Amino acid sequence: MAESITPSNIFKDQGRGAAVGRAGGDWKYKFFSYLLLTMIAFTMIVPFMWMLSTSLKPEKEILRRNVFPVEPTLDNYSEVINETDLPLWYKNSFIVAVMSTVSVAFFDSLAGFVFAKYNFPGKRPIFIIFLTSLMVPTEMLLIPWFIMSSNPPIGPTWVDTYWGIAFPGVITASGIFLMRQFMQGVPDELLDAGRIDGVSEFGLYWRVAVPLSLPAIGALCIFNFLGNWNAFIWPLIATTRSEMFTLPVGIQQFSSEADTPWNLIMTGASLSVVPLLIVVIIFQRYIIEGIALTGLKG
Amino acid sequence: MKLTLAKKKVVWAYIFLAIPIVFFAYIRVYPALFAFQMSLHDYNPLAAEQPYVGFENYEKVFEELGKRKSQTKSAFQNTINYVLLGVPIQLCLALAIALMLNEIRFMSTIYRIMFFLPFVTSTIAIAWVFRMLYQPRFGLFNVILQLVSLPQQPFLRSTQQALPSVLALVIWQGMGFAIIIFLAGLKQIPRTYYEAAEVDGASRWHTFRYITLPLLNPSIVYLLVLQTISFLRMFAPVIAMTEQGRGGPLDATVTVVLQTYREAFQSFNMGYASSLTVVLFALILGVTIIQLSVTSRRIN
Repeated sequence: MAESITPSNIFKDQGRGAAVGRAGGDWKYKFFSYLLLTMIAFTMIVPFMWMLSTSLKPEKEILRRNVFPVEPTLDNYSEVINETDLPLWYKNSFIVAVMSTVSVAFFDSLAGFVFAKYNFPGKRPIFIIFLTSLMVPTEMLLIPWFIMSSNPPIGPTWVDTYWGIAFPGVITASGIFLMRQFMQGVPDELLDAGRIDGVSEFGLYWRVAVPLSLPAIGALCIFNFLGNWNAFIWPLIATTRSEMFTLPVGIQQFSSEADTPWNLIMTGASLSVVPLLIVVIIFQRYIIEGIALTGLKG
Repeated sequence: MKLTLAKKKVVWAYIFLAIPIVFFAYIRVYPALFAFQMSLHDYNPLAAEQPYVGFENYEKVFEELGKRKSQTKSAFQNTINYVLLGVPIQLCLALAIALMLNEIRFMSTIYRIMFFLPFVTSTIAIAWVFRMLYQPRFGLFNVILQLVSLPQQPFLRSTQQALPSVLALVIWQGMGFAIIIFLAGLKQIPRTYYEAAEVDGASRWHTFRYITLPLLNPSIVYLLVLQTISFLRMFAPVIAMTEQGRGGPLDATVTVVLQTYREAFQSFNMGYASSLTVVLFALILGVTIIQLSVTSRRIN
């Protein structure tokens, strides 16, 4: 189990249905496949090109019908960076995403380890309660979370704090389930040998189970980061001051005035999307294989 | 006191699970129960008290649904339209693309990345991009229509075209995920089946109909359930693509979740909003159960 997520073995397995090569008379089918795929791929890229192209247009060109800027300029970028709170939103999104990803990586893998490798009274009911929480849509919890955040049991309000934005996602049931599946592949002999050598139970998790599950933990971290970076509905509710907005909330609030500053919105969108796309392109193999193997949805 | 190894392990298991147990109890289970409880009260956080009203909020939901026209009714009707149109179109497109991708070798990784990019993009950011593409006069779609001498379209500004326009973005954005799941499913089909079909001289359509489709059933069921749920929960695209995030024009695009958000956080009718989320929860649960039992029975 632990090795099965290593990069590329799922796509390497050519013995199975991969690229069913039919002999002869096939080139027509292939030709049309390439033609159609190229056309569809084009529609996938066009909105991104439009976004970038608009972000480089001077204001007077926005309402014109030219697709590419006649006089490209970086004015929109300097305006967005210097005159809006976008740099703060960037920082907030980053802090929240890192916070919850670190927490998820630790707690989900620890809980997964316990469910995979320990026997204790109440194990089944606890696991089932964790899993059934997946059936409840987050939308149902938003209002209670908001009430709880406004009047927390201890300390001042959680509204407009990093913890307030991050708390619903610091431990995830899907992550625990995924980690349990992988940790089941950690050999019991290895753990028992460790016990005989006097390794503590936490040491077994940290020095044996975690290193063996690093690929799974990596996939979990990538999805979790993406999910938090793009999260919208809860950050929208959990923040009221512009200084605490995350990127999606900030971009949504750009246009509260009567007219829509299209060039600034497209610039903000470019700034929020492009760095992530670069990261995704670098790690695409791990992400795509991670989804294929786990069925996780960002 | 000396503990046996088995007992020591039990103690450690509980120590390791302590924080997750508290978390799930307090952040997941308690709020879910709290939502049910709120739905039985006239819950307004700004009011002095929150009187118990029994099932009045639910009665109000059904009363609104029975009216000839109401925002709640539009929200439910639109949400059902999004699901009934969006899920089949998205899955058929994704399956067609996955079948084509599965047969090519050259450049297949590049295609896969391109289809996948929208899925990892922020919905809010890309929905605003689409909103601009749909604009009259300077939006790309109308620019193209003019180039080929077709009449200009209002898209998001028309009560008829707004819902399909929003839906197009959602289908476009979520397709990459379905493609990957389908591709993974296709890789699991043993190649020998196709070789046997080829020897028998089966046509492409027959091979697809009698080998690929039945063996792909697990991926199809999985995606049907997952995508239905995600269309039922639609929120961000509508708030980003409509005037002031109202789900207009004339409630033509409003969804259940957007309606809930507006009732709870703009009108502070949190009791009524909670009852809407409970109905949504029941809907999601029902759809999941029906789809799982129907689809698995048909194949067996």
